[in-house]
Amino acid sequence: MSIPTYSGLEPLRIFPGSNFVNIGERTNVTGSALFRRLIKDGNYDEAVRVARQQVENGAQIIDVNLDEGLIDGVEAMRKFINLIAAEPDIARVPVMIDSSKFSVIETGLKCLQGKGIANSISLKEGEEEFLDHARTVKRLGAAVVVMCFDEKGQADSYERRIDIAQRVYDLLTQKIGFAPHDIIIDPNILTVATGMTEHDRYAIDYIAAVKWIKQNLPGVLISGGVSNISFSFRGNEPVREAMHTAFLYHAIQAGMDMGIVNAGQIGVYDDIPKELLEHVEDVLFARRPDATERLVTLAEQFKGGGAKSNVQDMSWRETNVKDRLRHALVHGITDFIVEDTEEARKELLDPVKVIEGPLMAGMTVVGDLFGAGKMFLPQVVKSARVMKQAVAYLEPFLEEYKKNNAGTEVLKDSFGVPIVQSRNDGPKKVLLATVKGDVHDIGKNIVGVILACNGWQVIDLGVMVQSATILKTAREMKVDVIGLSGLITPSLDEMAHVAKEMEREGFDLPLLIGGATTSRVHTAVRIAPHYSKPVVHVIDASRCVPAVSELLSPTTHDAFVKRIADEYETVREHYATQQREKEFIPIAEARAKHFTIDWKAEPPAKPRSTGLFTFRNFPLKDLLPYLDWTPFFQAWELAGKYPKILTDPVVGTEATKLHADALKMLDHLVKEKWFKAHGVAGIWPANSVEDDIEVYKDDSCKVVIGTFHTLRQQSKKAPGVPYTANADFIAPKESGITDFIGAFAVTTGHGVEERAKQFEAAGDDYSAIMCKALGDRLAEAFAEKLHEVVRKEIWGYADTEQLSNEELIKEKYDGVRPAAGYPACPDHTEKPEIFRLLDAEKHTGIHLTEGMAMFPTAAVSGWYFAHPRSKYFGVGRVGKDQIEDLARRKGKETVWMERWLGSNLSYTPA
Amino acid sequence: MMKTIEQLAQERILVLDGAMGTMIQRLKLKEEDFHPPGTEAHSILLQGNNDLLSLSRPEAISRIHEQYLEAGADIIETNTFSGTSIAQAEHKCEHLVRDINLRSAQLAKAACEKFTAKDPSKPRFVAGSIGPTNRTASLSPDVNDPGFRAVTFDELVTAYMEQVDALMEGGADLLLVETIFDTLNAKAAFYAIEEVFDKRGTRLPLMCSVTITDASGRTLSGQTIDAFMISMAHVPLFSIGLNCALGAAQMRPYLQVLAEQAPCLVSVYPNAGLPDQMGEYRETAEVTARLVGEFMKDGLVNIVGGCCGTTPEHIAALAKEAAKHAPRQISVIA
Repeated sequence: MSIPTYSGLEPLRIFPGSNFVNIGERTNVTGSALFRRLIKDGNYDEAVRVARQQVENGAQIIDVNLDEGLIDGVEAMRKFINLIAAEPDIARVPVMIDSSKFSVIETGLKCLQGKGIANSISLKEGEEEFLDHARTVKRLGAAVVVMCFDEKGQADSYERRIDIAQRVYDLLTQKIGFAPHDIIIDPNILTVATGMTEHDRYAIDYIAAVKWIKQNLPGVLISGGVSNISFSFRGNEPVREAMHTAFLYHAIQAGMDMGIVNAGQIGVYDDIPKELLEHVEDVLFARRPDATERLVTLAEQFKGGGAKSNVQDMSWRETNVKDRLRHALVHGITDFIVEDTEEARKELLDPVKVIEGPLMAGMTVVGDLFGAGKMFLPQVVKSARVMKQAVAYLEPFLEEYKKNNAGTEVLKDSFGVPIVQSRNDGPKKVLLATVKGDVHDIGKNIVGVILACNGWQVIDLGVMVQSATILKTAREMKVDVIGLSGLITPSLDEMAHVAKEMEREGFDLPLLIGGATTSRVHTAVRIAPHYSKPVVHVIDASRCVPAVSELLSPTTHDAFVKRIADEYETVREHYATQQREKEFIPIAEARAKHFTIDWKAEPPAKPRSTGLFTFRNFPLKDLLPYLDWTPFFQAWELAGKYPKILTDPVVGTEATKLHADALKMLDHLVKEKWFKAHGVAGIWPANSVEDDIEVYKDDSCKVVIGTFHTLRQQSKKAPGVPYTANADFIAPKESGITDFIGAFAVTTGHGVEERAKQFEAAGDDYSAIMCKALGDRLAEAFAEKLHEVVRKEIWGYADTEQLSNEELIKEKYDGVRPAAGYPACPDHTEKPEIFRLLDAEKHTGIHLTEGMAMFPTAAVSGWYFAHPRSKYFGVGRVGKDQIEDLARRKGKETVWMERWLGSNLSYTPA
Repeated sequence: MMKTIEQLAQERILVLDGAMGTMIQRLKLKEEDFHPPGTEAHSILLQGNNDLLSLSRPEAISRIHEQYLEAGADIIETNTFSGTSIAQAEHKCEHLVRDINLRSAQLAKAACEKFTAKDPSKPRFVAGSIGPTNRTASLSPDVNDPGFRAVTFDELVTAYMEQVDALMEGGADLLLVETIFDTLNAKAAFYAIEEVFDKRGTRLPLMCSVTITDASGRTLSGQTIDAFMISMAHVPLFSIGLNCALGAAQMRPYLQVLAEQAPCLVSVYPNAGLPDQMGEYRETAEVTARLVGEFMKDGLVNIVGGCCGTTPEHIAALAKEAAKHAPRQISVIA
């Protein structure tokens, strides 16, 4: 590795023949008045922004110089370097620590995990100090810039430059073993065209010294501060730019490797107006005695032209149409997609060729980058948006589609491309569906986008899809794989049902299982045994692609299927052993060992009022402070806790962008009232009777208006540990104490579907998914907000509570609000009773599907338990005795109960 | 004349030991086992501070060393992963740091000498284990204050110097800076090592092992494996490698980068697979040996061993596998 290397979070290697390395100078107080002011004023946030802008503008290394007389350089350097270290999109490049004070350089290097560069040291104060500094730099793992200075001062002639360079090289390599490629010599770029004749040769001598050093000191690199050359023309940006460009052009040819430059101040040599170039080069090469005067005169014409403004780099627009389409897809830019698609269509003549050619080629790049971890989900979804808009534009041109479309409805894949069922040679087809009874589709839609980006044709049947529809479509469309998704627990059984149906009808397609409640164990134990062909659980969208690829590739198929089968067999054996090992106690015994509250010592809190409390059109704005962002990022498969995720070294940049987009949409949806928020809460007198909770009409506790049935833990615990049920949090009837229970249902989902459909219709999946994800978050926020209102005002037991949003998320309040279908009460069939007592459908417009999912999906319902000792817990698996008893209490058949609690049975039902 | 470790490394693949923590867990020790003499009245619980066992239960640590040597390890690590004043501050045991390192090195040395004496053709070596501490020098623990650092480079250097000096005093043959999750911490460790080398006027071979946290292919502090190698280029390393966080199956792409580019030996000591839902490592010795065996077969490694969840059974299986393969050739010109 004898080539020069540096690193930030990522490597920078300078190979022989590498291009000139741009070192950004905007974070240098001597190079930027703006930056100087920011540092002086202590405005570090803005200063960090300057650093980011430089990296975005193409700086491969950033030079940081904070040598400002009025501030403590050591502290400022420590602070600034630590701050940029926390920004992954800045920290990815190496840093050059630039100061005239060595203490500042040392401090800066001690804050860099990467290999940086010390800029600079010199022989100004003699050999001893020089070597001392060099040793420290080496031990801190950095390369070093050495200025051509010595005890006598700055080298300003060719001879002095090469003498000092030779001396520096000998000292560093021989006395302290510095690697030559870690030495960067700066032979002093000095200002020309000053009007003083002794300055005329500065540029020529620099370039000559560069040539000599490269020839005589092998391995050494050359750097310099380029903007020095044009100081005489401060204020005249066009002339300065021409001088920098021309000077660099010649210096680089002589061997200059890197330079501190304002990337925005460098142009293209060939673009410099001919007359200006000639005058500039006259000055640089001292070609005529009046060169300076002539350039000064000509410069007047260019004044006020201004430097290039800081606009987006549009150079990609100059490439060919194929490259433009790829660029637009990879970067998610929709601005030109219609005109580019049209151009490609004219060129290729056939719209199908446009899709299968440049568009799919671009999406393949996207898929590869995602697979390699170089793009994150939100970016991929933006790419898909570009793709969809391109396909939407091509639609009227699709001949075959037009023919078919005359009479019947034609199925389209998730990019909008019509699916041609007769073709077997085309792309592989995947069918996706959220199963019957379930309405959740964010995860499924994401999987669809990812698969489509990887070249599969995705047929998405949507939500609440009957198994018969899935099988029929799969057969007609000749799909290659079926993928089932679901979020609520009853969907697990529906998936098993689909598997059974596939087996019965003799399918041989692989079946993929995904969704939040699915698991490898569940797939192996409850689904795979019903279907003799491959059944594979895929944990998230990124795992989906490799799984499908391996399944469909003839070379890997057999090995993959065998691996999965073996793996699931092991899972099943393991599960069986676990079940055998786990002991369950009879329900009667569990009830005797219930969770105990001393009702005399800690009596229930009497609510300020009881009955129903409705909230129609609750202001969305008031929910914003209650948003829990962490699950929002999870929905996008970005792992990490908010707000830390925004600065995460890997996903931070994307998380920040996603967050910004989300805030933008929130702003719109609040102002334009996209969604309606309705909620209802109820509080009633109640007592527990064994594991049931009786709800009474009034304080006399005589008239029972409803009953909730709770489940009790039964898996054997250590002596003294209670077996808990939600009923334990309510005072028992025999205590004679009047207690109370609450319930609630909220939604922010009215309007979500409609809005998402509008986005989908416009080919904008990104916004559609965003809109649904925000709907879900707002519903959760509403539940949180309403719970607070109940605690503090309606029930009023916590009127002095003062909690931050973070504390709310951590549930640091008294009382709980468990939901039916979740660990503390896995029984979804309690929801109808909650809804009946609340008259929830009337007050909120939420209705229950046959699978007990709430629709709209952005909805939350559950109970309120107010007692300070109530808590969240998991019921876990339960015995047959409890299921039979529960069925009896609810007036249902045991088999019906077993079906709804399939995931919680400690036994295999008959 | 006994062979040096450099000579041995040219001839064959060397075997490092397995997890210390896993073996300690098996002993089912109690709080009192973790109290060295004089700390009976310590203000906070010490259970879990494994490094203290070198002082409180030295015979147990020696026994673990011997089990690994019996399994065939060429190099064993001292029980000093958390042996810095920074890591020990959590348990208010800063005053014990020198003793921990000195005694741990002596225990490992005695075990090695016993086995070397039995079979001088297979000399055994002590690697002084230098962990990352529990603080990161290039990440802020406070999300609201990204410029904040819980520890500085200079504080790390001071703490590491104390550890390194005691490890050398106690007889360590090599120094192993391991489980590197923040490159800046590692740079401080090597800075400290050079300072101690200067002070003592002698050097030891240096090993360094980085932890790639997950499939992102980066360290916790965000560096790619290439960037990490470049950050370590100024250290004259005996070996560079990977350990912890991942099982062998997940390490291959990163190991490949090291194998292609490292100008020194390459080491790998993975966890026994990824932890299961219960947080336990279940990969069997056979599986680990097969996976690491593939690295050996492909000529990617010079030193192999085990991290979390591995046991003497794993090391015995690895040693058996290592005997079958030739070590990686260093083809890169330094």
